[in-house]
Amino acid sequence: MEAIILQVLNGLDKGSAYALIALGLTLIFGTLGVVNFAHGALFMLGAFCAVTFSRLIQVSHTVIDETQKDFLGNPLKVDVPYIYDFFGQAAGDVMIDWAVPLSILMAIPVMIGIGVLMERGLIKHFYKRPHADQILVTFGLAIVLQEIIKYFYGANPIPTPAPDALVGSFDFGVMLGFDPGGIVYPYWRLVYFLFAAIVIAAVFAFLQFTTFGMVVRAGMADRETVTLLGIDIDKRFTIMFGLAAAVAGLAGVMYTPINSPNYHMGMDFLVLSFVVVVVGGMGSLPGAVLAGFLLGIIEAFASMPEVLNVLPGINQIIIYLVAIVVLLTRPRGLMGRKGVMED
Amino acid sequence: MTDQTSNAGAVRPQTSKAEKSGLFGLRGKDASLLILVAILTLCAPFILNPFPEGSAMAQFNAGYPDLMQRFVIFGIFAIGFNILFGLTGYLSFGHAAFLGVGSYAGIWSMKLLTLNVIPSILVSIVVAGLFSLIVGWISLRRSGIYFSILTLAFAMMSFALAYSVLTPITGGETGLQLKYFDPRILDGALAEGTTPRANLFGLEMGTSYELAVGNWLFTFNAGYYIAAICMLAAFYLSIRIFRSPFGMMLRAVKSNQQRLNYTGISPKPYTLAAFVISGMYAGLAGGLLVAMDTQVGAERMFWTASGEVVLMTILGGAGTLIGPVLGAGFIKYMENIVSTINKTTLEGWFAFMPDGLSDVFVTIVYPFVGKGWHLTLGLLFMAVVIFLPGGLVQGGQKLAAMFRRDKSGTGATKAAKE
Amino acid sequence: MTKSNFTRRGVLKTGAVAGAGLATPTIFTGAVWADAHSGFTNAPQGDTVTLGFNVPQSGPYADEGADELRAFELAVEHLNGGGDGGMLNTFSSKVLDGTGIMGKRVEFVTGDTQTKSDAARASARSMIEKDGAIMVSGGSSSGVAVAVQALCQEAGIIFMAGLTHSNDTTGKDKKANGFRHFFNSYMSGAALAPILAAQYGTDRKAYHLTADYNWGYTTEEAVRSSTEAQGWETVNSVLTPLTQTDFSSYIAPVLQSDADVLVLNHYGGNMVNSLTNAVQFGLRDRMVNGKKFEIVVPLYSELMARGAGENIAGILGSQNWDWKLENQLGAKYAGTNAFVQSFGTKYGFPPSQAAHTCYVQTLLYADAVTRAGSFNPCAVVEALEGFEFDGLGNGPTLYRADDHQCFKDVVVVRGKENPENEFDLVEIVEVTPVDQVTYAPDHPQFAGGSLGTCNPGA
Repeated sequence: MEAIILQVLNGLDKGSAYALIALGLTLIFGTLGVVNFAHGALFMLGAFCAVTFSRLIQVSHTVIDETQKDFLGNPLKVDVPYIYDFFGQAAGDVMIDWAVPLSILMAIPVMIGIGVLMERGLIKHFYKRPHADQILVTFGLAIVLQEIIKYFYGANPIPTPAPDALVGSFDFGVMLGFDPGGIVYPYWRLVYFLFAAIVIAAVFAFLQFTTFGMVVRAGMADRETVTLLGIDIDKRFTIMFGLAAAVAGLAGVMYTPINSPNYHMGMDFLVLSFVVVVVGGMGSLPGAVLAGFLLGIIEAFASMPEVLNVLPGINQIIIYLVAIVVLLTRPRGLMGRKGVMED
Repeated sequence: MTDQTSNAGAVRPQTSKAEKSGLFGLRGKDASLLILVAILTLCAPFILNPFPEGSAMAQFNAGYPDLMQRFVIFGIFAIGFNILFGLTGYLSFGHAAFLGVGSYAGIWSMKLLTLNVIPSILVSIVVAGLFSLIVGWISLRRSGIYFSILTLAFAMMSFALAYSVLTPITGGETGLQLKYFDPRILDGALAEGTTPRANLFGLEMGTSYELAVGNWLFTFNAGYYIAAICMLAAFYLSIRIFRSPFGMMLRAVKSNQQRLNYTGISPKPYTLAAFVISGMYAGLAGGLLVAMDTQVGAERMFWTASGEVVLMTILGGAGTLIGPVLGAGFIKYMENIVSTINKTTLEGWFAFMPDGLSDVFVTIVYPFVGKGWHLTLGLLFMAVVIFLPGGLVQGGQKLAAMFRRDKSGTGATKAAKE
Repeated sequence: MTKSNFTRRGVLKTGAVAGAGLATPTIFTGAVWADAHSGFTNAPQGDTVTLGFNVPQSGPYADEGADELRAFELAVEHLNGGGDGGMLNTFSSKVLDGTGIMGKRVEFVTGDTQTKSDAARASARSMIEKDGAIMVSGGSSSGVAVAVQALCQEAGIIFMAGLTHSNDTTGKDKKANGFRHFFNSYMSGAALAPILAAQYGTDRKAYHLTADYNWGYTTEEAVRSSTEAQGWETVNSVLTPLTQTDFSSYIAPVLQSDADVLVLNHYGGNMVNSLTNAVQFGLRDRMVNGKKFEIVVPLYSELMARGAGENIAGILGSQNWDWKLENQLGAKYAGTNAFVQSFGTKYGFPPSQAAHTCYVQTLLYADAVTRAGSFNPCAVVEALEGFEFDGLGNGPTLYRADDHQCFKDVVVVRGKENPENEFDLVEIVEVTPVDQVTYAPDHPQFAGGSLGTCNPGA
């Protein structure tokens, strides 16, 4: 029982990342009709916002410490962060410790900015072009973004730990009445899940309960009619692109303590997030979220030793197998609308 | 999906009843295109080696056997992909699986039957064809992006299984290679410790004839010419398909599937046929790959490999005859030439400049070559699709148009651009 | 006309004939060259010799590839008499004198393996066919090493393997033209097991997470059999996909088992992520059966350890070499400091084990050519087979003739609790002496291959 609950938690956690990326991807499909192969790169850029922020607040000046030697026998150079000079060492340490959550503050404007810039500068010119051209240009952009990050940060993963208070795990099972030690779960993964739930809820609330969201939804359903009503739907869609970029970016920021970010992490998620969107059904936001969590949980269960003993290697293919079964039994994915991206 | 060439077939209804005249039954423009491609392919060892050995520009020479072979083999792959994607608009994101399955089948034929490449290539085509029949039959039940994801799922499953669970059959991470102690029932046993080499009735694929003219060295490689002949045959077949009633039907699928349904024609047999044909092209490419270089790694089935053929086709110009070949050549050139330029090479190029200036140039160029070759590739993808919406073929057309204006409209052939 | 399986670009790259050619274009056929040339592929002409350095420059191992490339450049510099000479000064064989190889200046070409066997072979073929490389070295995975090694055997040039740890490279896929200096899975297992038993006791239950491909299989097998010989029990072993990034669902079942040791048979990105995830789940603080839970990483990579950050603290693993060897364990490991000194002076940080093995392989090749007095691969093979040397940082080392594997001490390391900087992440626990990691050439973990005969090519 504990094993199953643990895998459900793992699944929800994996699913959170899938759902957040897929949500943005499907927003862009739904509003702009663009196949965005650079969406994984946006996730990666978000993660590197966290890396950049934690480096920025650790920008240091060098003090030469004559009492210590480095590996070549020269006097050791010690770095002192400027932030110590501004806020004092204690406050500075707290800020460095909390760099990842704090970097959300930087990531939101940066990612919206990147999203809007991308849409106005590049994607805008590709609305009327075939999907194939959109794939080529966004894939090219993804490579370029990736290589820029590689140029500045290298190819190695960069450790970006969670704040000390949220490192480690706690006994989740005791709260539910299980034996101590039965269900131990890392703090940060729970934080990630809660964070994802809040972001998803916020996006839905924004679309459901604001006038802006209402217009966007109307535009997704019937763009022409909305335009005929004299509403500048393009401008709203641009903002939605920025929003989608921000969602992917936030997913990336918060993901950094789970796995150290590297420059190609976007590509690792790209294919999976497409599978999630399509299994959820094109043009359906709830479908993308549902499929994200569903595939996450199924993937988690497929990696249990008990399952692998019966079906060796099933963990290698399960996601794709599920995708095939879903698409063959439900022609438009779980909750897809007719006629979206079907031709 | 709309495409700039989607109407090209529709406005040319006479193609279906084109007389069987001219070169192998091709009409004038197509015949001259085929001849042009044949000449370019056969003279590739000259064309691709324009710079003398030892000169600073020799870095850009691509006329060595491995790369020439790759040009034509990936050309075949892209031509085949274009028959499906360019004509029907069905975007398969898993075509590399057929190439990989073809490669594995080919190498097993060399391990079990004979080192002769002909049976091995035939086995590759047949096995890839059968595999694509199964995948196509299932995937074509859906259209649009749902179809793309189904093919992607099959390819990724093939990759994952080949890399891990199927290691006894595929060699897994380290790939499959020939060994002297493989059974090979049709050949005599090899002496212990010798290296098995693929051959065509005794002519080894690696055999080369070298021609030195002054400082230039041209290599004529047996394997390349065998692959080149396969490509010309594949190219010819693709022209015939494009111009046939079958090709018309495929275009009809692309432009309006519903109308086709209303007229009582089921598009499925046609799209499935196109899918299997392009799967067999991929199998041919896979078989040739192992014939030229006798090993298979599972990475050639990864989704990035499937993505690569999509990019080749779009980059060159989807739906055009020659576009995919150009796109394949372009990407393989970048991968194999630009990636080998290192800092020492750069310093060699800019050595003629004063010290400070040459350092500046090296610093500017360095991020784009060598380990930065992906950056150049990405930038070029974007540049092509932004400035040449029809792919490289359109670039060629623009050049030709400029050329014609300069020559005040002397009837330069437009065939190459079709 | 010649029938050659790999062309010999070196022929025309330099040389007097080439200069005369421009004025009067003449058509040569290969026959003219066949006389001039010594009966093997890419025989160096003129006063230079070209080596091919084939390393990952894109993909997850790009930084490791960059470090290998630095080492290669340094080796070439030293061979050509530049710099401070590095390990040339400590190497037991003294035939290298800084005038290149046999008086020919060393030049090199580079390529990108992309850590894919197909791309690596394409890149190596371009070096052989286009640039006339006489030796290819480098690489950062066993799949690539095995693929390129087989190619070099076919082409008739020498392959000096870079970082490759799978048993197969000198086991079932060994080739006469291929040589490996780096250690292998078996040696990791044999070196780790006694130290694991000493540190953690002989009554342990191990849970293996293994990368689901050849290297993972051989490493698991090696560690498993060595630790079981020490009395450990293997409670479970689970294969994880190469493309996995989040290992939480593989770590969680470890908590449900009664295992008290987790062995992560992962490398590179997989290792960083699985280790990070394992520490997240509190495995480091866990007590099972009254014993502290431990994590073991059989193959350490300093570069990747950097990616795991503080999660590596206290984790045991093995290495081929470490830059602190000579300082901490004395002059037996001479050469280490000389190399670290020249590498550090040139690049500003200490070298990784990947850099070390690539540097040493280049020197060993140059030395073998000089001792053999010929670039002919068969002569080089003969010179390297059974070669005993010292002063290259690993102590006395043997290049065994039976399988072309180097035999030397193996370093067992532990992640530091409080690393001072990002290059000093591990501390040396112990060095397992060479006779404890030596195995018979026909050991079952290496069965199924044959070296074949050396191939000089054309």
